[in-house]
Amino acid sequence: MTATLTPQAESSRPPSLQPHGWLRYLSFSVDHKVIGLQYLVCGFAFYLIGGALAGAIRTELASPLSDFMPREVYNQVLTLHGTVMIFLWIVPVVNGAFGNYLIPFYVGARDMAFPRLNAVAFWLIPPAGLLLISSYFITGAAQSGWTAYPPLSLTTPAIGQIIWILSVLLLGGSSIFGGINFIATILKLRRPGLKLMQLPMYCWAMLGTSILVVLSTPVLAGTLILLSFDIVAHTGFFNPGMGGNVVVYQHLFWFYSHPAVYIMVLPAFGLVSEILPVHCRKPLFGYATMVVSIMAIVVLGLVVWAHHMFTSGTPPWMRLFFTIATAFIAVPTGIKFFNWLATLWGGRISLNSAVLFSCGFIVNFVLGGITGVALAQVPFDVHVHDTYFVVAHFHYIVYGGSVFVIFASIYHWYPKVTGRMLNEPLGRLHFLITFIGFNLCFAPQHWLGLNGMPRRVAEYDPQFAFINQLSSVGALLMAISTLPFLWNVIASAFQGEIAGDNPWRALTPEWLTSSPPPVENWRGEAPLVTEPYGYGVAADELDLKAASGRDLWSSGR
Amino acid sequence: MVLVLGGLWIGQNVNLLPVDASANAPIYDELFRVLFSIGAILFLGILGLVIFSLIRFRRREGQLADGLAIEGNLPLEVLWTAVPAIVVLFIGLFSYDIYERMGGMAPLGHDAMTQTSASASSSVQRVWGGIGTPALSTTTEAALAPPLPVEVTAMQFAFLFRYPQGDFISGELHVPVGQPVTLAMEAKDVIHAFWVPEFRLKQDVIPGQPTVLNFTPTRAGRYPIVCAELCGPYHGGMRSTVVVEDQQAFDAWFAQNDKLSATST
Repeated sequence: MTATLTPQAESSRPPSLQPHGWLRYLSFSVDHKVIGLQYLVCGFAFYLIGGALAGAIRTELASPLSDFMPREVYNQVLTLHGTVMIFLWIVPVVNGAFGNYLIPFYVGARDMAFPRLNAVAFWLIPPAGLLLISSYFITGAAQSGWTAYPPLSLTTPAIGQIIWILSVLLLGGSSIFGGINFIATILKLRRPGLKLMQLPMYCWAMLGTSILVVLSTPVLAGTLILLSFDIVAHTGFFNPGMGGNVVVYQHLFWFYSHPAVYIMVLPAFGLVSEILPVHCRKPLFGYATMVVSIMAIVVLGLVVWAHHMFTSGTPPWMRLFFTIATAFIAVPTGIKFFNWLATLWGGRISLNSAVLFSCGFIVNFVLGGITGVALAQVPFDVHVHDTYFVVAHFHYIVYGGSVFVIFASIYHWYPKVTGRMLNEPLGRLHFLITFIGFNLCFAPQHWLGLNGMPRRVAEYDPQFAFINQLSSVGALLMAISTLPFLWNVIASAFQGEIAGDNPWRALTPEWLTSSPPPVENWRGEAPLVTEPYGYGVAADELDLKAASGRDLWSSGR
Repeated sequence: MVLVLGGLWIGQNVNLLPVDASANAPIYDELFRVLFSIGAILFLGILGLVIFSLIRFRRREGQLADGLAIEGNLPLEVLWTAVPAIVVLFIGLFSYDIYERMGGMAPLGHDAMTQTSASASSSVQRVWGGIGTPALSTTTEAALAPPLPVEVTAMQFAFLFRYPQGDFISGELHVPVGQPVTLAMEAKDVIHAFWVPEFRLKQDVIPGQPTVLNFTPTRAGRYPIVCAELCGPYHGGMRSTVVVEDQQAFDAWFAQNDKLSATST
């Protein structure tokens, strides 16, 4: 996998302590671009593992009986699937990979604020991930779901649960290190003259996300440490037999884990805001409202956690408050979607893979958002909570949302990273199979949940068999869709068309350097880009110019 | 306009839910139809906009120029902030109303507390309330019939139903049509959840927190009781059945199992 992302070796390189060539991707490099790619490739490897686990789940559910694997193993598989996909794929990739690669460019810096901390943050991930996966082979992995609700997590085999806690703590630590680094970089490392309101939208998204990371991840860490005390030292924080309270765990857990959803989708929102204007040849619509809505999502995202607990003995006033707060997140989110639609409107849209994946994201996420507003309503939630309706809902958010954007971003930035273009027809094929497979897999699950199939079960009523088989076929298509993508990124690294520095004629600063960019990003002074979305022609000079928009190369305007 | 009518039609005519078998199920379905209509209108509208934009504004052969430099439009942005805010507010108020009609806003455990403390006589601990239908039970004929108390014990991996009026334990929940039922629920080991899809009711049963759930069955039949909270390896097999039957059948079943028949009659 590393081979796919190895750019041409630089011929004349100043001597340094950092390794050169492909070896630096396996080293403790402090170059933000190397670290970004390390995150991406490592995350993708875990995506393949998590995908294989999902395949195992869908195979088990192809028949109503529990016949493919033992029930204990099934619970381990679903726990690992959730944990791997969240903590080892989506969070590290949308934050760590693209954040590290892009943020220093966007603020006009030569690296992140704390390069060594950055490398530490990455190198926590592979051991934590391997620890998690190896627990399956050593003693059996945790069986209590990625939520690890006590008392179940106290009564299932302890070693698997402890290893799970350890690896999540490491991954949470990595996430916090990354968050601190992003906040410092965005606020403090901006090129002189670059104002906050001139930053590309991804910076704002990462600023908001990092605030959420720094505020909420420590709560998860504390909670899991208490949980491990309960398991190892037989304390009674969450053990009702010893006077503990399990609902307290749920509050603390969701205080992190609901913002975690925004930690997974806000960066995706930012990436889409970068991709669409370039390929539509239009400015990003409503820059200021985009910024305000990101910050509104951050604030609201911190006060909605109890909507995961509507059936677990919460007082009525609390149910009411969290209903209203949750539903109101739809307003800033809606603003962002309408802004993207307005960005598409009247553009000159290149229908390439990056745009197709972005538009697939819009469609999927809107559906996930609509079911989300419905789920916020207590009476509705009381019926479908913990059912396949919820499973469908959050896969529309994190797969249809974040993962689609990850693919869109790979298609968009691959020329910058490798200096070569990806194969466009293969990319569109990838999009087509992914989109059809995804919707075939998850849309029917809404019906399953409404009609009585709970989540996290290895067996179900025979009346649900057909829809489950349909869903499994969709999952198979999603697995197949990875093949053209893998072939594309590997083959194009060696024989793709040479991209040039700026194949998309984009204006954001990462394109104003060579592809792949040199160490420290620019040969000369960093460019000052005050209008990152200055595409488009004014209405009165529509036919006069044939070529692109304003030239913003001038660094000292 | 077509979109709105289409969405309303879909909401009214596409039925994705199982049959309704409790007093709060029709109220729930009312909410579902409203949410489904609004959702369908929004989703089809946005899907249509995306597809239209992608086709109408795609880059054609030989086009090199950029699109229009539109950076914003204040009235439009105000519009699409205000409209969703109003829709969300409407949905919130509507679901609040639905929730109240389901009895969810009854102060925590107060109604239920008096009932259970009368029977259990020593309830110093706080009783956590579930959503239920006490509001309905006071208005309909149920006001005449006192609720049927049943004590539910959830454990890995079964539900047990104890009828205190007959002092016997059953593996199935039998309830007569039209009579309110009060479930006093308790979990022995880990968290379970009591869910009857046809009743549109779900309540977690949490160890250490006695929980009360009220409902009134309205349609005879056999419906599954499903555990909806991951509770261990056999979670998927943790199921039971609620049998809703008419009063005679219920009385016959009750008499057959009754251990207190001498004293209770």
